Parts: sequence; structure tokens; C-alpha cells
Amino acid sequence: MSDVTSAAREIHEQFSEHLDVDVEDVSQRLERLVTEYKVPLSEARRSVENHYLDEAGLDRDDLGQGSNTDAVVEDIDAPDQWVNLTAKVVDLWEPRSDAVAQVGLLGDETGTIKFTAWAKSDLDPLEEGAVYRLENVVTDEYQGRYSVKLNRTTSITELDEDIEVGDNESEIEGALVDIQSGSGLIKRCPEEGCTRVLQNGRCSEHGEVDGEFDLRIKGVLDDGREVQEVIFDREATEDLTGIELEAAKTMAKDALDTTVVADEMRETVLGRYYRVTGPTMGRYLLANDVEEITGTADPDGVLIKARSM
Amino acid sequence: MSGSQAPTREVARRVFAREFNAATFTFKESEDERAPLYALLPTGERANRVFVVGTLTETEDIGDESEYWRGRVVDPTGTFFVYAGQYQPDAASTLRDLETPTYVAVVGKPRTYETDDGAVNVSIRPESITQVDETTRDRWVVETAERTLERLEAFDEEANEYGQRAQQEYEDGVESYREALVEALESLDETDGESTAADAASPSAE
Repeated sequence: MSDVTSAAREIHEQFSEHLDVDVEDVSQRLERLVTEYKVPLSEARRSVENHYLDEAGLDRDDLGQGSNTDAVVEDIDAPDQWVNLTAKVVDLWEPRSDAVAQVGLLGDETGTIKFTAWAKSDLDPLEEGAVYRLENVVTDEYQGRYSVKLNRTTSITELDEDIEVGDNESEIEGALVDIQSGSGLIKRCPEEGCTRVLQNGRCSEHGEVDGEFDLRIKGVLDDGREVQEVIFDREATEDLTGIELEAAKTMAKDALDTTVVADEMRETVLGRYYRVTGPTMGRYLLANDVEEITGTADPDGVLIKARSM
Repeated sequence: MSGSQAPTREVARRVFAREFNAATFTFKESEDERAPLYALLPTGERANRVFVVGTLTETEDIGDESEYWRGRVVDPTGTFFVYAGQYQPDAASTLRDLETPTYVAVVGKPRTYETDDGAVNVSIRPESITQVDETTRDRWVVETAERTLERLEAFDEEANEYGQRAQQEYEDGVESYREALVEALESLDETDGESTAADAASPSAE
């Protein structure tokens, strides 16, 4: 089968639900572009697809691609891929926009991923805790974080099974070499659903507000090969530094200055070695578990190698 | 890496004092005025930042009008010189306040200056200095030996740009850095027995 023929078949399959068109017709259009007009096949394919999209009154997003693959969450590492997932609805969140019907978290054995279902796609709603076979979902990426979008062509089948959802956590070790600004005792916006950190008492969304105190550290773990930025939430920060929120507030009150808290934290943790586990979100690892590495390092392996060089 | 991507944080290299003090050749990867400055490590790596742990043995305010603190941080192979003035207020006040001797961890940038007689001295401009314990120091020695060994193993590889460059810029070869790392590890082995005995004598050492 020639490239043109197989491309024609795939295009035909994509449109078979939407248009009454035969493979011959598709093939002729492709052939004309490729042979007569020397258009590269990929470009020709695009052009022919656009023609049928117009004819059917569809958006490109509405279209499934013939070559869907079954994927697990862990595998999703590129945007604009059409995949099939078997996953459990771990969490449903309140959509922030009317354009979104549902937004939440899907999970399988390998990890979790955000999903969005558009209101215009008119899909049956997913239920929290249920497991579904989802065919024809599109992957997306925002600031290094992947998600999947359900669309008009997505088929949803509820399965009568349960999935033990895995965590896509990683474990890293290194010296804590920096605590960045915005760490220590901070204030967050108290508005419903907004947890933005205030800058000089102002929220970038809600303006001047009476903030709520919280603790966090934006730190950098460095093992001499690579760096990883880590966010420690309040619990992890308390774990790491031994400074609890109430104590931090008292320190700040006594000093009439909130920055003393971060200063104290720097003295306590900078330059020490830690093992941190947690999921990665974009450029940050979110510390779920933090442990100072206190065991004695074993020099023997390196020593033997170095002596034999 | 250079210029083609959004700026990412530079790795803090692990390097023993003997090698660090020999890293007298510095360079930038681009013409840009604000491009980061790198010291070329003799074992073939570029260093814009280092992480060192050692014993702070002496601190001295050598400034004229404003405070300018110099600290000597000693590892098993030599001494790092750390200078902190008004632009490193936290590090300067740490050097002012710390009682010596004590173990410290220093994160900082390599800096070079030429003396009147033409010699080039290498020092650290600290971003942070914190007091740490012996375990951290020992871990650093082993880790630094590992990283140094990795650099030595890759030194002669053709694709190793900084290895090639080090061979051009430095004449003395890398054997003394291999020796230094062996000495550093051996010094751990010696103190190991003592500290184990000390730990046993005072189980509440933590």
C-alpha cells in the first residue's frame, strides 16, 4: 500500500462518522497535491483534512485521529497526542469557567493527570470514584504540566472495576543550597478558591485583602549534577525546620518583621543534605516527605575506583 | 545551553580546595554583558557556583572603611578563601558572628583576582554561609570525591568540551587532583574510627 493510499484510508476513517465520503475521493485529492503539485505528504494530508473539516463544519479539535494508542498516565509527555486511557476519577473540581463542563483528576496505576471536559462537547458527566475507558482524548501541556482534554469525539464507557491509583512521585537527594524569596511566613489571599500569596498585602487578583498567615519554603536541592526547585508546604516546612506556624507568628511579632522567619529557616536548613519525595508540578517538586540524610557516607567505593585509576 | 534557553539556575559544583584554587582561568559563554562568568575547573568542568563544606578556622575583617570579611574554610586538601562585604550582608554577618573553629557550608560564586606580582588568586563570593555538623561535612567530602572522580573519568573524552579546554589552559595535568581526592577519603577513614568511638561514648550526641 502506498503512502498516499494509507494516508487516504486514515483520513477516511477519521471522517467516516461525520461525512459521507469514499476513500477514492480522499485518495484523489491527496494524489493531486502530492504528484501534480509536489506538496509533501504531511502538508497534503493537512490540507485535505482541512477541506473535509470545512465540509463537515467541524473544528480540528473535534476530530479523532485514526492512530490512537492506549496510554498510561506516566507515558503522557507531549501535547496534542490522541490517546485512550483507562482511568479512575480521583477528584472533581469546581470549574472556573462556563466553557468547562468538568475538571478534575484522573488516575491509573502509574499516576494522576488533570482532565478537562468542555461544555460544548456535551458529554455524559464522569462520576468521582468510577473507572472509565476513555477513547479519543487529547493531551495538552501548560508550563511543563500535562493534562488531557475530553472532546466531542471522546467515547466514555464506565467499567465495572477498580484501579489502585499510583502516585507519580520521585525521590531526590541533595544539598539544600538556596531558599528563595517568597519563603518563610507568608500571607495568602482569603478569597474563596484563591490562595495566591500576597505581595505587600495585595493579591494580584483581589487587591488589598486581609491575608491569612501560612508557611512555605521555595528551596533548591542540588546534588552537584543538577538542580531541582522544591516547594515545601506548611506541613513540610514545619517538618523541615521544626518551626511551627504559631511559633513563626510569635517570632515575627516580636521582631516586628516577618522576614526573621525565613532568616531563621535559612540558618537551620541551608547547606544540609535532604531526601525529598513528592510529585513534580512543572519546574517544582512538591515535597510530601522530607528527611535529613544523617547516615555516614561510605567512602570505600569511590576510594577503590580512584586508587585504581 | 548558552543563550538558547530561558536562564536556568546553575548547578553548584563540588570541588576540593586544591583544585578550586588552581581554577584561575575564567570565561563567559557569550558576549552578553550579563552572561554568567565561569571558572574552568582543571578536571574539565565549568563552575559558576560551588558548594563547599569545611572547617572555618579564621575570620578577619580586612576592610578599610566598611566591613569586609575574609574567612578561611579548610577541607582535607587545602583552604578556600571566602570574602564577604556590604553586598553579601548575610554572609558577612555570619562570618562576624561565628566562633571558630566550626564546620560551615558555603554556597557561592568563584571569583579570581590578580595580585601585584601577577599571580591569580581564586576565592569564593558567598551567597550563604551556614554552620553545619560533622556528618554533613563528611558527606560533602565523599560526594565531592565522587563528582571529582566523574570529572576525571570523562576528562579525556573527545566530546568533553571543558575537558579539552582544561587541557589547553592548564599545564599541570590532573594527577594531583586524583591524589587529592584519595587523600581526602583516606582522611575520613582515619577520623572514622575516632568519631565512632566518640559516638559510642556519648550516645546522646545528637
